[in-house]
Amino acid sequence: MSKPAAKMSSELDERERAAKIIAGDVRTASRLIRALEDRMPAATTTLRRIFPHTGRAHIIGITGSPGAGKSTIADALIESYRKLGKTVGVLAVDPTSPFTGGAILGDRIRMQRHAEDAGVFIRSLATRGSLGGLSHAVGDAIHVLDAMGKDIILIETVGTGQQEVEIINHAHTVIVILVPGMGDDIQAMKAGIMEIADIFVINKADREGAKQLHGIVSAMLDLAREFPGGWRPPILEVENFFEPTSFRERITILQQSVDSHYQLMAGSELMESRLKRKSILKLNDALQAVLIEPVMRDLARDGKLEAMIGLIMRKEADPYSLAEEIAARYFPAGTESKIMAPQ
Amino acid sequence: MDEREKIRIMVAKPGLDGHDRGARILSRYFRDAGFEVIYTGCHQTPEQIASAAIQEDVDLVGLSCLSGAHRFLFARVVELLREQGADDIVVIGGGIIPEHDFPSLYQAGIKAIFTPGASLESIVAWIQENVKTGSKNE
Amino acid sequence: MYFSKETPTVSSELTEKWERELAGAIKDNPEQKTRFTTQSDFDIKRLYGPQDIETLDFARDIGVPGNFPYLRGHQITGYRSKYWTFRMFSGLGSARDTNQRWRLLLREGNTGLSTAFDFPTLMGYDTDSPRARGECGKCGVAIDTLDDMMTLVAGIPIDQVTTSMTINPPATVLWAMYIAAAEATGVPAWKIGGTIQNDMLKEFIAQKTFMCPPEPSVKLISDTIEFGTKYVPRWNPISISGYHIREAGSTAIQELAFTLRDGIEYVEDVIRRKGLDVDEFAPRLSFFFNSHIDFFEEICKMRAARRMWARIMRDRFKAKNPRSLWLRFHTQTAGCSLTAQQPLNNITRTAIEALAAVLGGTQSLHTNSFDEVLCLPSEEAATIALRTQQIIAEESGVVNTIDPLAGSYFIEALTCEMEAKAWEYIEKIDQMGGMIAAIKRGYPQMEIADAAYNFQLQLDSREKTQVGVNKYVAREEQKVPLLQIDEQVEEEQIERLNEVRRRRDWKAVKTSLQELKDACKRGDNVMPACIAAVKNLASIGEICDVYREVYGEYLDPGLF
Repeated sequence: MSKPAAKMSSELDERERAAKIIAGDVRTASRLIRALEDRMPAATTTLRRIFPHTGRAHIIGITGSPGAGKSTIADALIESYRKLGKTVGVLAVDPTSPFTGGAILGDRIRMQRHAEDAGVFIRSLATRGSLGGLSHAVGDAIHVLDAMGKDIILIETVGTGQQEVEIINHAHTVIVILVPGMGDDIQAMKAGIMEIADIFVINKADREGAKQLHGIVSAMLDLAREFPGGWRPPILEVENFFEPTSFRERITILQQSVDSHYQLMAGSELMESRLKRKSILKLNDALQAVLIEPVMRDLARDGKLEAMIGLIMRKEADPYSLAEEIAARYFPAGTESKIMAPQ
Repeated sequence: MDEREKIRIMVAKPGLDGHDRGARILSRYFRDAGFEVIYTGCHQTPEQIASAAIQEDVDLVGLSCLSGAHRFLFARVVELLREQGADDIVVIGGGIIPEHDFPSLYQAGIKAIFTPGASLESIVAWIQENVKTGSKNE
Repeated sequence: MYFSKETPTVSSELTEKWERELAGAIKDNPEQKTRFTTQSDFDIKRLYGPQDIETLDFARDIGVPGNFPYLRGHQITGYRSKYWTFRMFSGLGSARDTNQRWRLLLREGNTGLSTAFDFPTLMGYDTDSPRARGECGKCGVAIDTLDDMMTLVAGIPIDQVTTSMTINPPATVLWAMYIAAAEATGVPAWKIGGTIQNDMLKEFIAQKTFMCPPEPSVKLISDTIEFGTKYVPRWNPISISGYHIREAGSTAIQELAFTLRDGIEYVEDVIRRKGLDVDEFAPRLSFFFNSHIDFFEEICKMRAARRMWARIMRDRFKAKNPRSLWLRFHTQTAGCSLTAQQPLNNITRTAIEALAAVLGGTQSLHTNSFDEVLCLPSEEAATIALRTQQIIAEESGVVNTIDPLAGSYFIEALTCEMEAKAWEYIEKIDQMGGMIAAIKRGYPQMEIADAAYNFQLQLDSREKTQVGVNKYVAREEQKVPLLQIDEQVEEEQIERLNEVRRRRDWKAVKTSLQELKDACKRGDNVMPACIAAVKNLASIGEICDVYREVYGEYLDPGLF
């Protein structure tokens, strides 16, 4: 436990840190994101302080297979929104190597021309052991960017894994990028990506098979019984990065479509339900951090966790009974809302 | 948790030369050493590098330059980081760098210089020795 | 091949006998490595014999010099009539500094010129561009306007000496300047000879000196080939380069395959876009290879390249003119084989590599200076490098007979193996839809990155040796005098550029830049407008800004 004086100053630091983030300070924000990634307890405190300042940004998810052109389209969208005078935050997620724990976070390269623009904040995140396409810190990092006052937040996912669809829990608008000839049609159907898309982009549409891909996606949409809010996801085509003018035109259409989707959502039931889902998720995450993780740490401290794992492995006890036992120990009946924190 | 110890590194190519063989090999090796690596790509201005390093909150920036322009470019990156209150980010350099330039680069704040022939292992060892993570967040 | 019927049988029997003896010998004297491989990690057998080249047909696959398949060189006289061109790559500081170095080299027996430009010039920026800070004159000469080019060639007999210019994205601009400078000194365009490197595909693949996206880049190249064919017939409008692919860490086979596939892409584009007959322009295509430290691998690569190109031109493009089938190439010893440790050892490395290039049949050669891994070459180091070539030509005796290694079981077998592997790559890229399509997928880039990484790991684990680096390391490093480029060069160059800007007719500059832009937009050949612009003293940055505006900028896609 820290001494009272130290605690005072750290509280002051916390307040100052939060104020700096709300004022848009890049250095403080980026450090907080790092601390959140590292699950530093103090970071949660700061997050708590900035939370009331969140909820204003338009959060856009960009997903699609690796190599589909997510970063390139993100880069072009940054340009588009900057032209409209909006500030942009970007979270680009890349996979952590399961063998070494290291990662090459390469998405940034394709957006690096915006590095000097004070209205753009780009942050690369590694998945760090979370199984799906998102880093565990994504949700928290979104709050940081939001509190900084970014108008637009782009989240670029890894593009592999079942949990790719999790993006729907974070974003208002989800763009799914498909590429002809990459087996994306099948991929899309398999992974449940179809259900989460608000906008489809067929990238590299000058490639063979673009028309068929368009047809397949369109036919699948025809099968849908209804479109929430009456929004039928449009299928847009983007081609030839190397023709600067036509590429830019296509991106403008995409950006306008993203904005229309958001306008339609804003204030509608659709927004309500997404917000609700997001709130449940946030609460779930917070519970995890506040309840479960401290308990696990506590159990680990005196070797109980190890012992329990052994019991389960040897089938000498089942996890449910053990969980009940733990709950009884940490949350004895009658404590009600007073949650017992581990010592 | 060991995640707190994860070293974040930016590998950057300042200036106009595109000789990225070394930068790319290093990026891969750093990943395999368990670091998180952000690579900037070629043809970066010092301004782009400094601002990216801050946004990414890296512990270290590794600059690679083979065009001979290191004297200006390396020093400028350090200067920009300092101006933006990020002088705790360690900056090291590599490439075709004649020995007579070492003193002025050290003077400018470059912490280490690796020239052709330096083993990947030795560079990783230097980083592990000289970059302390974790503490900076608290 | 041309063996008596019994030879393969006899050979097989003897080989079996030898293998039995060997098995015992190895037990007592184990081999030093478990794998014996080339620098490129290609496995080499213990022994080669007639059975390894049994399927070769002498007339079809080997032949004689000056004849199909040109394995043994297109020069019917080999080096007996004329040595390769001693072409030392040089450029440093200002145009005046480089002009002085050129005069020195010509005095010392250099027989062709080769220009190294600094990075702002290579990337199409003026010296005073904010992106150019700190780069001026550092690894080559700074050229901003025609004025600088005039200084560069002052006093050089450009109607006699050929000049090679290592310039890629702004190749049209530097070539236009050279043509204009020649005309200003009374030498018409049809009389000048030389080469512009002008190979953009290898930039996307390996060297990363890029400006515009691949398609318009190739279009600009086709413009130069068309223009050269019509008006500058003694010029090589392109030097299709494997050198940089290898320097980026590729294997010899990748260098061979990607370079030839790049060549195919250019030929196809000129035919399609310009409607020229292949035989009109193919004779002016030239190539550029790396000569790395693995002696035989390099020789075989060069021999295979010649035979493959002849087959490509004859079979794929139906070329009729024998000159279209010739693969004429320049060679540079491998910069990446040099070590900063014990730098004088680099003289030996370069000598071995130069010898390989000569035995591989190069038409032109640059030998690296021993200090090039540390800085730009000093005069002394550059002279030693040039002398290395002269010793090979005048003393070693290797020029006495043409293609002296032909017929060696090992050489012919390795040549064939490398060729076969290279064809596989070419077919693969064909299936992807060509080199531009492959580049967009990152295919050649990733193949090279993997090879480079693999090699570095082998060095680190000492599976491969670099003397002075991971074996025989010296306690005390050799000190060699290093050349320094004065920071003053940048200021002076900017002053000169500003002086030109004040002096020139701004209206004429503006008009000619507009005309260039119109030509770009219409899809016309840019060369006439480009020449007009440089004559009006438009700067390289101004002209390249037109290209960047019309065609867009290509940024590093950063594939991993």
